[in-house]
Amino acid sequence: MATVVFSRGLQQYTAGTERLEVEPGTVRDVIAQVLARFPALENRLDSGTAVSIDGEIINEPLLERVGPTSELHFLPSISGG
Amino acid sequence: MSEERKFRWIGTRPIRHDGLDKVTGRANFGADFSLPGMLHGRVLRSPHAHARIVSIDTRPALALEGVKAVLVGADLPDIPSQIGSGGEQQVDFRDLSHNVLARDKVLYDGHALAAVAATSPRIAAEALERIVVEYQVLPHVLTVDEAMAPGAPILHEDMFTKGIEPTPSEPSNVAGRVELGHGDPEQGFADADVILEREFTTQTVHQGYIEPHAVVARAGEDGQCMVWCCTQGAFMVRAYCAKLLGLDVSQIKVIPSEIGGGFGGKTTVYLEPLALLLSRKSGRPVKMVMDRGEVFRASGPTSGARVRVKLGAKRDGTFTGADVSLYYDAGAFKGSPVMAGGMTILAPYKIPHVKIECFDVVVNKPKVAAYRAPGAPISAFGGESLIDELADELGMDPIELRMKNAVSEGTKAVYGPKFRRIGFEETLEALRSHPHYSAPLGPNQGRGVAAGFWFNGGMQSSASVNVNEDGTAVVISGCPDIGGSRASLALMAAEELQIPVERIRPVVGDTETVGYNDLTGGSRVTFATGMAVIQAAQDVVAQLRKRAAKIWEVELDGVRWEDGRAICTNGNGETPEPLTIRDLARRAARTGGPIAGTASLTARGIGPSFGAHICDVEVDRETGRVSVVRYTAVQDAGKAIHPSYVEGQMQGGAAQGIGWALNEAYLYDENGRLENPGFLDYRIPVASDLPMIDTVIVEVANPMHPYGVRGVGETPIVPPLAAVANAVRHATGVRFCDLPLSPPRVLEGIEAAR
Repeated sequence: MATVVFSRGLQQYTAGTERLEVEPGTVRDVIAQVLARFPALENRLDSGTAVSIDGEIINEPLLERVGPTSELHFLPSISGG
Repeated sequence: MSEERKFRWIGTRPIRHDGLDKVTGRANFGADFSLPGMLHGRVLRSPHAHARIVSIDTRPALALEGVKAVLVGADLPDIPSQIGSGGEQQVDFRDLSHNVLARDKVLYDGHALAAVAATSPRIAAEALERIVVEYQVLPHVLTVDEAMAPGAPILHEDMFTKGIEPTPSEPSNVAGRVELGHGDPEQGFADADVILEREFTTQTVHQGYIEPHAVVARAGEDGQCMVWCCTQGAFMVRAYCAKLLGLDVSQIKVIPSEIGGGFGGKTTVYLEPLALLLSRKSGRPVKMVMDRGEVFRASGPTSGARVRVKLGAKRDGTFTGADVSLYYDAGAFKGSPVMAGGMTILAPYKIPHVKIECFDVVVNKPKVAAYRAPGAPISAFGGESLIDELADELGMDPIELRMKNAVSEGTKAVYGPKFRRIGFEETLEALRSHPHYSAPLGPNQGRGVAAGFWFNGGMQSSASVNVNEDGTAVVISGCPDIGGSRASLALMAAEELQIPVERIRPVVGDTETVGYNDLTGGSRVTFATGMAVIQAAQDVVAQLRKRAAKIWEVELDGVRWEDGRAICTNGNGETPEPLTIRDLARRAARTGGPIAGTASLTARGIGPSFGAHICDVEVDRETGRVSVVRYTAVQDAGKAIHPSYVEGQMQGGAAQGIGWALNEAYLYDENGRLENPGFLDYRIPVASDLPMIDTVIVEVANPMHPYGVRGVGETPIVPPLAAVANAVRHATGVRFCDLPLSPPRVLEGIEAAR
């Protein structure tokens, strides 16, 4: 199973849950599983959100693959100068 | 990438292809462009920090002979609040439109509220004076503390703080709150032997690019528009103008000029949509150029901020917990770089329990724009200053303390994920072993060290490599060259084609000559666009091998590309002479036509980079003046494609950070008017202010890039603020927590400590 890790900020919408095991698939699949479990996250994982999959930050992640042992974090999408 | 790969061209230092034009003054920058029949546009700007626009009467301006068009906010389409990404940054197009031209309220001194186009700059200036504006002046706020105070004047009545549950019912100047981190900070502090906590402040500072914003725009009768401008992203200008004016992107062609500095400040639009609209109204091309005062008053600086850091550690130096609050001003519209500040503060360190609160606050100052590692230098000033103080408290060497807690591959970052292969430990080791670190100090001198982190960027890039008929090649990218990227891209093409870099001409294309490119920013061009160039050049090599195979009538796998030549390894009978790229280019017509390669990609595998700096200062105890007498910057570049430009980025970042630490600040009067909108009163460091900045390039290859590249442009501005402040601390015995360390402030601190 893949693991989603929620930051302290997102944990206010997951009733304090820090880690959630999910079926592997695309990031879109993973988000669907996350929202099914924590509906309060609806609209919180939108276009301003990037993800990190196994340490790599990806800004347009929906179609990226999340492997069976991957760790996924939702992060603020950041810009550069 | 292959660890064993031996490079022939990568890592060399050829003269940049655009160098001669630049040193002889022939290069064309934004304001150099002109068209026949061109009008001159000027912008009317608010003299008030916060005011309601009761009325604007432009008729007297239009009545002036020579005035051909006048714009006010109502001439721009209304756009709903919509977050989009025209380039690298998130932007709310409604806010962008209201920043380009105010509607019902002006929100800062310098806010644009009308524009004119006339037959001469003098007439345009006179026309501005004839526009009659009635203002209702409102109270204003200039700092995060003023903006968050109870009863503070509200900038946007429709702004309710996001990130707080439930959403507040009253509007606020706090646009959003985000919390990062992991573990239980209270447990972290319970585990600590030593706990330190301090607050720090930094001031609004400008990137200080030498070239002001400039544009020429022409809107044709057929609806097709041309824009010539200095920008970090031609495709960004196209997308933003299209959005703001209700056009298709295909109706706008943007041609970027050479750029005289950007540092993030040219990643948005100010004049471009106005020039286009004035051109559409007047039927003539319109040129607009900001003067220096407008650049300071109305383009985007970076945030002023308040930073609170609490850090706990064991007696042996092991960090146990951290609690951070960051309050960054965004200027007049939401969107400060506070989240990046939160993600980068303490990112170089292993900390089991961390809480980081980030607040994005609007104030009556110009909307901030990106500035080199946006947000990171501000928070690092707090974090790295406190770590220095902790080292003193523990009696530890400050590099040793950092080394003890340094992140490495597999370590969980404070912002969540685990790092892949990174080079922070190697960077600290190089810093510690540098002769500078053990050199003796003179009287009234002190030494400080600090570290910094930046993510670096990937994003979208396209590139083409065209082989000319004589076997030379052209590399076309779509990323304006700010820091020598053309030379680096040419080196990568040379490496793949195996021909001398002098036989390659790198050019920056416009929005119609190359595929889409995100803007130049985020330290991404050498990494991401370089990856596109490598792939495009590999495409060319594949075609060259095919052409040779066709000529020799052999299978493709019997042709090897080596030393700029096709070599037949599987000839039928006698081995033919190798065919050079020149031979193959000459025969292109009979082997399949022109040879050109292209590649477009969303770059994956970004490699973060770490830097660490040593700063020596000398403090004049009579005047409070701080002089930087020696400075060394060390950074992991992954792989330095053109080492001179990596070193240049490190030196430039250090110089800007030193200015931020010692001198720079936006100074406002009691009415919220900027008092120092010029380089005489806003003091950036000049060459005579600084010593030669020594550099050490560490190369811990990014395994996700074919050559091992990480980004380099932003990290070097992260450590200097704290490195300077730590040096001043050791020279004076006084911990300064508020920037800039100007002579009056330093003198006051010294005298208070006596």
